[in-house]
Amino acid sequence: MLLVAPLFVLLLLSFCLPIAELLAHAVYDPTMHDALPRTAAALDTSPGQGVPDDIVFTALGDDLLAAKQNDSLYNLAKDLNNLLPAARSHVLRTARSLSPEKPLTRAELTSVDPFWGESETWFAIRGGVRPFTTSYLLAAIDLQWTPNGSIGQVPADQAIYRTIFARTFAIAAAVTLITLVLGFPLAWLMANLPGPIAARLILLVLLPFWTSILVRTAAWTVLLQRFGILNELLLALHITDHRIDLMYTRAGLIIAMTHIQLPFTLLPIYSVMRTISASQMRAAYSLGARPFFAFRRVYLPQVMPGVMAGCLLTFILCLGYFITPALVGGPADQLIANFISNYINIDLNWQMAAALSFILLALTLGLFATFARMFGVDRMKLV
Amino acid sequence: MKSLGTLGIIGFAAAVTAALPVGAQEQQLTIASAGGAWQQAQRNAWYTPFAQKMGIKFNEEETSAGMARVQAMVQAGNVTDDVVTVDTAQVLSACDSGILVRLDWSKIAPRDGFLPGAARDCGMGLDVYGDVLAYNTDVVKSDPPTSVLALFDTKRWPGKRGMQKIAPNNLEWALEADGVPTDQVYKVLATPQGVNRAFAKLDTIKNDIVWWQAGAQPPQLLASHEVVMTTAWNGRIQNPIDHEHAPFKIVWGNEIIEYDMIAIPKGSPHLDLAYNYLAFVAQPENNGRLGEFIPYGPVVKDSVKFVPKGTLAKLPTAPDHMEGALPIDMEFWADYGQDLNKRFNDWLAK
Repeated sequence: MLLVAPLFVLLLLSFCLPIAELLAHAVYDPTMHDALPRTAAALDTSPGQGVPDDIVFTALGDDLLAAKQNDSLYNLAKDLNNLLPAARSHVLRTARSLSPEKPLTRAELTSVDPFWGESETWFAIRGGVRPFTTSYLLAAIDLQWTPNGSIGQVPADQAIYRTIFARTFAIAAAVTLITLVLGFPLAWLMANLPGPIAARLILLVLLPFWTSILVRTAAWTVLLQRFGILNELLLALHITDHRIDLMYTRAGLIIAMTHIQLPFTLLPIYSVMRTISASQMRAAYSLGARPFFAFRRVYLPQVMPGVMAGCLLTFILCLGYFITPALVGGPADQLIANFISNYINIDLNWQMAAALSFILLALTLGLFATFARMFGVDRMKLV
Repeated sequence: MKSLGTLGIIGFAAAVTAALPVGAQEQQLTIASAGGAWQQAQRNAWYTPFAQKMGIKFNEEETSAGMARVQAMVQAGNVTDDVVTVDTAQVLSACDSGILVRLDWSKIAPRDGFLPGAARDCGMGLDVYGDVLAYNTDVVKSDPPTSVLALFDTKRWPGKRGMQKIAPNNLEWALEADGVPTDQVYKVLATPQGVNRAFAKLDTIKNDIVWWQAGAQPPQLLASHEVVMTTAWNGRIQNPIDHEHAPFKIVWGNEIIEYDMIAIPKGSPHLDLAYNYLAFVAQPENNGRLGEFIPYGPVVKDSVKFVPKGTLAKLPTAPDHMEGALPIDMEFWADYGQDLNKRFNDWLAK
């Protein structure tokens, strides 16, 4: 036990903890609760729905003034804006116009900005001041809380994530299938050719495997572009009479991803095939089996653990692709990881990024569990 | 016990490495910027002379995610960047979120010596650049475009066009192409109808757009003939024209004018040195010197006389480029950016 302890501690500290902390962002967002402590307390004492009474408005006025002092106003405004579009400028404008002398009443604040007299506003605030929230997780699957307390669909023009999850899984499945179709015969060749030739083949497969994914993606842009090598070749061979668009298309993306993933599918299959003696097939033939029957009943069942392992590896790796879609794919070929990266790097909305990651992780684990139950983990041979 | 012993050794080694540099090391300033020709120009104009003058070491980081990086650093309480260069659109909201130092201008330079809007609470302008249109004369041989709005005329200039994958600029150009006068653009864009109008105009060319994200991409798109025209930052096109004789042309009509900004993250480990650097860049002779290396204009009023003569005509602020030019409205994007960016990303994904 002590021998694995260092690795276990390393995994715990550098892998599990950061993931857990990131995922916590999806459900825990104390920004509004911390910025509006008095409002949150006042809302607790006057539950219900719709626009609250004067006590809450006075508390809100004090909170906004305090938030203006300690730099939390803008994060508050941004957070509320995530729940209620256009709220940001209302919060900022109101806070600017407040003066500390007099306690605020409902009538005054709604006359400054009618925004504060609308029930949608207070629905968003009541939801936002609770530090634990399911809003981001729901938004990640195109759902939202409605004012009457039920879950509803987001407006059609904002509903994008289900499509993108479906697209991510569809592209991953397509790439997995193509690598299998290409890799299976190649693995068979490698396993059955005489030693020196097989060794060279393996080297050819492994060589790109050692090159960075970014370099290989960049290389594909050179090959696939309108005036790139592939188009020149197709024209020179008179296969097409006009240049075809491969860059920034789904086809180009699948070609590039297939190339990168091929070794991942191929190597587990190859390692299993190597252990199968050629004499087994000969025995099947000698007992009267036709080639296809012998392949299906004798060879395939023994290779299946390698096939499953290779396909699962490629499929799961494909779910996380983002450099290749960003560089080779078009706007309609961006995968879920591209959106996560955008939320982290550009929008600085880490709650949404965490929620999307959470859904992706849950879907992947669910898929893995189903797969393991159907075929059995112990039957998979990863190496 | 074996593992504990190993941990102890690692801990000891870490403590030794952490303790060593303090005495031995010279002062250093870490800057995170956007890379490419622009960072090269900054290096020549500012980093190297400043490092020599102060006798320090200059650390460079290249990143296209400046503010996300700062936010992560500030949240983790482990800030390693001393100064960062920032997009105009991001500096205001980052300032508002409290992750940038509110600048003490008495340590830098008089605030009124800058062009309007270049000396901000949390950010100092570095240079003026133009968002322009560019094409390759090997591709567009006749009927050259004269305005950025040629983007929207796919009949006259068919083919793919490169555009930056962000909402700012593109929405303004879409409205201008739809007939909104330049001085009315932000007024219209502040209304829901105006936003719908801009996206409807972008819809008309959506299938013809190749989106770029890094400033180094537009010259590549032009060189590989992948696009018939592309939006770009003027310096990224001018440099290959000047230094590599690339057959590119810049179209100035309806350019959008922006400032590059520099800011200090809260918790910068070398705050005084960071202020020194800002003051150094704000000196007129230094601010004008960037123009020697990339055609971006100075933001300090007195530095125009230090800009090399040959560069003046290539600046986005040259008089004949300014006609119909639109200065970007940073306040507008600070207020509406969050919603417009979300709408833009949803629109892209459809």
